[in-house]
Amino acid sequence: MAISPPSDKIWWNNPVHRVELIWIAVAFAWGLVMFFMMIYWHATGSQNLATESYRTTPNAYYAKVERNVADWQVRELNGIPVIKPPIGADIYLLGRMWLWYPVIELERGQSYRLHLSSLDLQHGFSLQPININVQVHPGYEHVLTVTPDKSGEYTVVCNEFCGLGHHMMLGKIFVVDR
Amino acid sequence: MSKTLFRTCPTTGLKIDLSAQALIKANAVAAVVFLAIGGLFGLSVALTRWPAVHLLPADWFYLALTAHGLDVLLLWIIFFEIAVLYFASAILLNSRIAAPRWAWAAFALMLTGGLVTNVAVLQGQSTVMFTSYPPMMAAQHFYLGLILFAVGALIACGVFFGTLVIARDEKTYQGSIPLVTFGALTAAIIAVFTLASGAIILIPTWLWSMGLVSNIDPLMYKLVWWAMGHSSQQINVSAHVAIWYAIAAMLFGAKPLSEKVSRGAFLLYILFLQLASAHHLLVEPGLSSEWKVFNTSYAMYLAVLGSMIHGLSVPGAMEAAQRARGFNKGIFEWLRKAPWGNPAFSGMFLSLVMFGFLGGISGVVMGTEQINIIIHNTLYVPGHFHGTVVAGTTLTFMAMTYLLIPLIFQRQVAFPKLARWQPYVFGLGVAGISLFMMGAGTLGVSRRHWDITFATAPFDFNYPPTAFLMMALNGMSAIAASIGGLMFIVIVVASVFFGKPVRDKIILAAPSGQPISGAVATYGSAGTLRIPGTLVLVGIFFVAFVLYYFVNWKYLSEIWPMR
Amino acid sequence: MSDKEPAAGEEPVRIPFMQRVLDNHFLLLFLGVVVPTVLYIIWGILELVQIPVAP
Repeated sequence: MAISPPSDKIWWNNPVHRVELIWIAVAFAWGLVMFFMMIYWHATGSQNLATESYRTTPNAYYAKVERNVADWQVRELNGIPVIKPPIGADIYLLGRMWLWYPVIELERGQSYRLHLSSLDLQHGFSLQPININVQVHPGYEHVLTVTPDKSGEYTVVCNEFCGLGHHMMLGKIFVVDR
Repeated sequence: MSKTLFRTCPTTGLKIDLSAQALIKANAVAAVVFLAIGGLFGLSVALTRWPAVHLLPADWFYLALTAHGLDVLLLWIIFFEIAVLYFASAILLNSRIAAPRWAWAAFALMLTGGLVTNVAVLQGQSTVMFTSYPPMMAAQHFYLGLILFAVGALIACGVFFGTLVIARDEKTYQGSIPLVTFGALTAAIIAVFTLASGAIILIPTWLWSMGLVSNIDPLMYKLVWWAMGHSSQQINVSAHVAIWYAIAAMLFGAKPLSEKVSRGAFLLYILFLQLASAHHLLVEPGLSSEWKVFNTSYAMYLAVLGSMIHGLSVPGAMEAAQRARGFNKGIFEWLRKAPWGNPAFSGMFLSLVMFGFLGGISGVVMGTEQINIIIHNTLYVPGHFHGTVVAGTTLTFMAMTYLLIPLIFQRQVAFPKLARWQPYVFGLGVAGISLFMMGAGTLGVSRRHWDITFATAPFDFNYPPTAFLMMALNGMSAIAASIGGLMFIVIVVASVFFGKPVRDKIILAAPSGQPISGAVATYGSAGTLRIPGTLVLVGIFFVAFVLYYFVNWKYLSEIWPMR
Repeated sequence: MSDKEPAAGEEPVRIPFMQRVLDNHFLLLFLGVVVPTVLYIIWGILELVQIPVAP
């Protein structure tokens, strides 16, 4: 029994049931499929998370965000600036307690370099309704190249707990046709 | 040490060290107390997330969520695991326990640490969630309590290793340790890595909370913290798999199909299971895809291979034992005629199935580097780990408790009719919690979130109506699970404190079985052994796994292109 | 671990290598701590300390 020592002194050489051997082979092969699927998707898939990252400071990052707003603000939404950056631009989005800042307007089918960082605590960039989720750290800048392929209104929810106002923390990204 | 006192177990004939027995009792009782407290917090969390009920105000919600995580994920589980370690070493090896005084000191440290951290959370200055990510800071004694707990649990692991050495030196067993003890050894090894990582990261964080260290890097913290946070769940997996083998052996006289294969599967756990801590860092900046792919796949899914082996080997051992008793009709007579009215069996079997289908498949899928983008920090994550830690570990520990009560506490299980239903009620509730949270997460609903209507936010946003339905169903499932949990607590308290003493030999297996024939206990049957039922079960599992895996790649391919 | 020595005529039993590994609990403890420490923690920390400063 499994609760008593093996009855044979040498159990390593006992034969293994054929069903077990087949299952081990199947499970091992499936593991390889899943492993190489990730590598395959890096080579051919369109959805891979960038690893381009930098150290930064809240002040340095905030300065870049403010420059974005000064250069590209087109209007306000509920008191928050809306920026419309040129195609391919470096866009700096910041999370802070409890807002994603600023609101961004993008063109459908164009690529942008979206930078993410936080001014205070960790936040969770959760783009709804398409459900893209990226962790945002203070002191680090993460650069994703995104290509919005459907127009519409997208909401950035914060999905990392960041204090008592966490559930109020939203942002907006608009994707418009040219 | 010559004054060690033993009794002989009338049922198993094992020699039981009375101080090991007392330690097992103390740790198991502490575990159940924290389960009750943590479960209550969990219910309040689920009822708050049910939008129509929305029980708690925001500050209490986040506080309750912090306490829920600590009390059940850490305290209930690890206290019970320490009881399992002592049982699998001292009791199963017929040995005295090493250094009982140190074991009591470990218990005292763990209990003190657990209470201190609970007090810190309840005082309201440490609402930082279980993960306590810096720069969010908790009160000093929040970290101190966790450190004391981790150090205590490390000492307890030391007692386990010491007991292995004593048993070997004093030749209390012949040959290799039993498979169940080997599984417990796996859990203890992972626990050493886990608790050491916890201490390494929590000590500087504690100093930071006192102002002695100026900065804790949030990424570095997260990397090392998850070596504790996730690996602690790998202790659970190892421990509950070991208990599956134990329950199969105690109820059916089942022996592993192959010692080599089952131990090899545990070896894969020892080497690779802990790498899955990377599951929590797949959408983090600063780590390369090579690091992410290699670690998240437990080195090319070798630890998943281990789990899939156990998934065949545990039911296969039971099937072989049942067939040897004459339940040979068709593919499933062995399973149909299993003791479904015995909560130790039903709890264990439900846990086996739900761990595989709910927790296992979802864990591997969400741990795929790219697929994690559509899952990270959504409710899918707690949906997954309620499938592993609650349906898997907690239900298994409950099932084991029904055997510990007569064997270690020497009491009859009180309210046997209630006990008969308990695993079903609890299991059904947990299955609902797991499924509905995963459903809501797939729809994007955030975890750790007080108000998914965003009533006070600067912008309007609504999740799809189905998400609200999922949250309501999750709340109802949590009520069912809480009723099941309450039944368990009532049964345990009534049995342990007021139960009828057990003096004589008891029959663990259901009376429906014929006496265990000698054939089950010998090797060399590998050529003739038949386990077609198990083959069908793992076949269904495999198909579900493959389909669900590729469905999620399909979901992923529908989001914005990004690189 | 048997306490009876092999009798004079018997072949001394040789325990297979892997069985000896699996019976060596402290070797397993060593491996179970070192493997994740190197592959997960140390490799991870090396990557984190190499993150460049933002331009």
